[in-house]
Amino acid sequence: MPPLLRVKDLRAYYFGFRGTRVVKAIDGVSFSLEAGETFGLVGESGCGKTSTCHAIVRLLPASARIVGGRIELEGEDLLGKSQAEMREIRGRRIATILQDPMASLDPLFTIYDQVAEPAYYHRALRGPRLRQRVKELLSAVRIPSPERRMKDLPHQMSGGMRQRIVGAIALAGGPQVIIADEPTTNLDVTIQLQYLNLLKDLQRASGVALIFVTHNLGIVAKMCDKVAVMYAGKIVEMQSVRGLFYHPRHPYTRALLNSIPKLGTKAPLYIIPGQPPDLSHLPAGCSFQPRCASAMERCRVEEPSEQHLDDGATTRCWLPLHEATTRG
Amino acid sequence: MRKYILVRALYSVITLWLLVSIVFAMVRLTGDPVKMKGEVGADATYLERIRHDWGLDQPLYRQYTNYIGNLLRGDFGHSFEKSLPVRTIYFERLPNSLKLGFAAFVISIVLGVPLGMLSALKVNSWWDNVGKMIALLGLSMPGFFVGMVLMIIFGIELGWLPVLGKGSSTFAWSNPSTWVPFWFRDWPHLVMPAFALGWYFSGAMLRITRSGMLDVLGSDYIKLVRLKGVPERMVVAKHALKNSMIPVLTFAGLNLLIMVNVAVVIEVIFNWPGVGQLLYDGLSNRDFPMVQGVVLMSGLMIVVLNFTIDVLYGYVDPRIRLSR
Amino acid sequence: MATIPVRATPIGNLSRVARRSYRIVAEIPSLPLLMLSILAFVAVFAPVIAPHGKLDPVKPTPEQCQAKFGMANCPYVDNVPPFWTRGGTFDTPLGTDFLGRDVLSRLMYGAQISLVVALTGTLFAGGIGTLLGVLAGYMGKWWDQVIMRITDAWLTLPSLVFAILLSSVRGPGVWNVVLILALVFWSRYSRAVRGEVLALREREFVRLAEINGIGKLKIIRRHLIPNVMNTVMVLFSLQVGVAVIIEASLSFLGVGVPPPEPSWGLMMAQERESLMEGKWWLAVFPGICITMLVLSANMLGDWLRVRLDPQLRNR
Repeated sequence: MPPLLRVKDLRAYYFGFRGTRVVKAIDGVSFSLEAGETFGLVGESGCGKTSTCHAIVRLLPASARIVGGRIELEGEDLLGKSQAEMREIRGRRIATILQDPMASLDPLFTIYDQVAEPAYYHRALRGPRLRQRVKELLSAVRIPSPERRMKDLPHQMSGGMRQRIVGAIALAGGPQVIIADEPTTNLDVTIQLQYLNLLKDLQRASGVALIFVTHNLGIVAKMCDKVAVMYAGKIVEMQSVRGLFYHPRHPYTRALLNSIPKLGTKAPLYIIPGQPPDLSHLPAGCSFQPRCASAMERCRVEEPSEQHLDDGATTRCWLPLHEATTRG
Repeated sequence: MRKYILVRALYSVITLWLLVSIVFAMVRLTGDPVKMKGEVGADATYLERIRHDWGLDQPLYRQYTNYIGNLLRGDFGHSFEKSLPVRTIYFERLPNSLKLGFAAFVISIVLGVPLGMLSALKVNSWWDNVGKMIALLGLSMPGFFVGMVLMIIFGIELGWLPVLGKGSSTFAWSNPSTWVPFWFRDWPHLVMPAFALGWYFSGAMLRITRSGMLDVLGSDYIKLVRLKGVPERMVVAKHALKNSMIPVLTFAGLNLLIMVNVAVVIEVIFNWPGVGQLLYDGLSNRDFPMVQGVVLMSGLMIVVLNFTIDVLYGYVDPRIRLSR
Repeated sequence: MATIPVRATPIGNLSRVARRSYRIVAEIPSLPLLMLSILAFVAVFAPVIAPHGKLDPVKPTPEQCQAKFGMANCPYVDNVPPFWTRGGTFDTPLGTDFLGRDVLSRLMYGAQISLVVALTGTLFAGGIGTLLGVLAGYMGKWWDQVIMRITDAWLTLPSLVFAILLSSVRGPGVWNVVLILALVFWSRYSRAVRGEVLALREREFVRLAEINGIGKLKIIRRHLIPNVMNTVMVLFSLQVGVAVIIEASLSFLGVGVPPPEPSWGLMMAQERESLMEGKWWLAVFPGICITMLVLSANMLGDWLRVRLDPQLRNR
């Protein structure tokens, strides 16, 4: 049984200035996703997490191109499909939730119209059955009095409600995978928890697989089963959530965990020294090496390959090898 | 909505007041209205009499109060030459200018908007470059040049279209039976001047449509619509179009006003009896009150029409229509 | 499908330095700069390179006199067509006008007028407008309200109509046109500059200067004005084209540059009657010149606008 979604060694570059400037936005990303699973994708801004989401559904901007790797949905190769074929996939089998609820909704169309669209195009629902379906979806995302609110326009709703509507839109096509790109980042903190609980309930009810992109490790702890940490376009560590929090393998992960402020101590805030790299001029060897406290000579010269460790963790680092050999 | 209308109305009144004051000030600051007459070599007593007739020998504040008073009563001056109130002559000629303006407006939309959309949809391609070039050319060739070239080719060399005048149909405010047919008759006369006038604005419309469309196409909600898997033609036809039309239409509306007013030179070349030609007549006859009167009426028209467009805009945009 | 090969551009193989130079050169707007340089060159050196004078009729040859008037001698021959049509000569390659003057020479001298008038007029307009815009944006409250209301009202007046009004009280004349251009167009600048200044006002370096007690005038001079120059330059180059057209229109209507000066607009106006008789060259050539000047100014302005606004770069 092939996994629901499998991404293998994906590479996508942005080409600017007539091909003279290459930004390696995604540089060898691999992971797989099973039905019902929640997969977290963490990293700083610009590390490639959003690009990965767009690449999966083949909606990268015009200046970007997928230059290598495979993407398979239930075994079907997605990279070989035409845009017309991909449109069948988008919304129907893979749905997306974007970050900014205000900007996500078309200001000139009613809520009904926008939620109905995927159901109309992908499930061929019409008339009263379509209305019924929209009502169900709005109830599922806990919008009060859905009949009435269907006729409203986006600007008449609060931020939290809008993001829930975006969730309803995502479910409307009956997808197998939902990609949520930082869905709570623009919401009030008080609403965030509500929304996350809603997502979890929806997932349990529908069995959909969820890719959750965020830069907030706290959310990862709450929502995800498996998590991957991205840096400079690569996945530098991937494990189960428990594994990551208790046994982080990559120095970057460790640094991220250290920089979470802890209640009850007055220890100074830990900041990772240095800056994220310019993706068009990556350093030689490991991309993280200039900022890494455990950097070795090998790291400066050779880019680390994926190390598969016995407890199921994967990491792109020379450290485990080094530790293993020095331990004898 | 009501509050919105009130605010816009107040704003319009202030703008109008400032506008007439600017005209008043600029005329007196930069020169001497009587000078126009003086160039013909008239003698001093004649000029003095004119100065008195036009009220220019009174102290400035008196002049200003008279000026505003007259305007409030609807008196925009009397044509020196024709001995008629400017307002009367202006309204008589206005339908002609409107007819020309509308035709040019339609041409600018028909030429500019589809090409602009095509450019945006096929951004940075060959089509786009052609579109951008056409827009540039449109904005660079003065209207009267286009008019003359058209005249040479179609009017004189080929003889297909009549060169001068507007044809025999007239619009008489007093005669309702002329009200409708006026707009549809004599269109061969209309073709060349309308094209000459509309050419410049189609360049502007192309650009606005293109950039408006590009903005919309790059927005998050369009991205989400695409992520929903909606067929591309519906993305464009249903969502992108409706959203980009708001700025385009506002711009188009404003253009209409500008068109009616800068048609001066076109009207002169084609001997089209509109308000622009009135200005020219005023200049040739050294009839200053006529010139000033036409300018003031144009300003009034623009402010009123701007206000109307603002109100219409409020109806179209649901965010405003549904607010208090 | 395993790998999609990266398109190998020949540029990508060069060294970094070469690549950067290519990037810079490819982006220079060569066409408009070339056209503008030619026009500027012609304008400056017109007295030297023009084949004939700008005001005096060309001395005709006996053959021409014979052909036109049936006499051996005549003071001038009018309406000679361009050299590639029948009746034209190389001596007056673009023909002569209704007073026998050489069209090409007058066009060259006309470049002087168009460029000088448009540039100075726009310069003055820019100066006034920028100053008022900075004041409105930075001084805030009263200044802002008053200046902006006036600007808005000023912008409501259509430019050509207003220009005609002003020229009716001022009279024709080159410097009058410059004045009129300044008075009509300053409002475009003040609106844009005010917007810029409002944004700049919140930036750290301005705040820092204020906290350090540096006087407002000094802040305006040292921080605000240099930073709005980007916007002003773009606006300037786009406005030059408009100024040329307004000047040509005014001259066309007889209230701009007075005869016998060879303003391109005036040249087109003088030939209106001859147009009916088929003497197209007298109106078309000046029109082409105007178009070329405005086109290159607009292209340059567009390039500047894209260059100076990073968001528009990839469009």
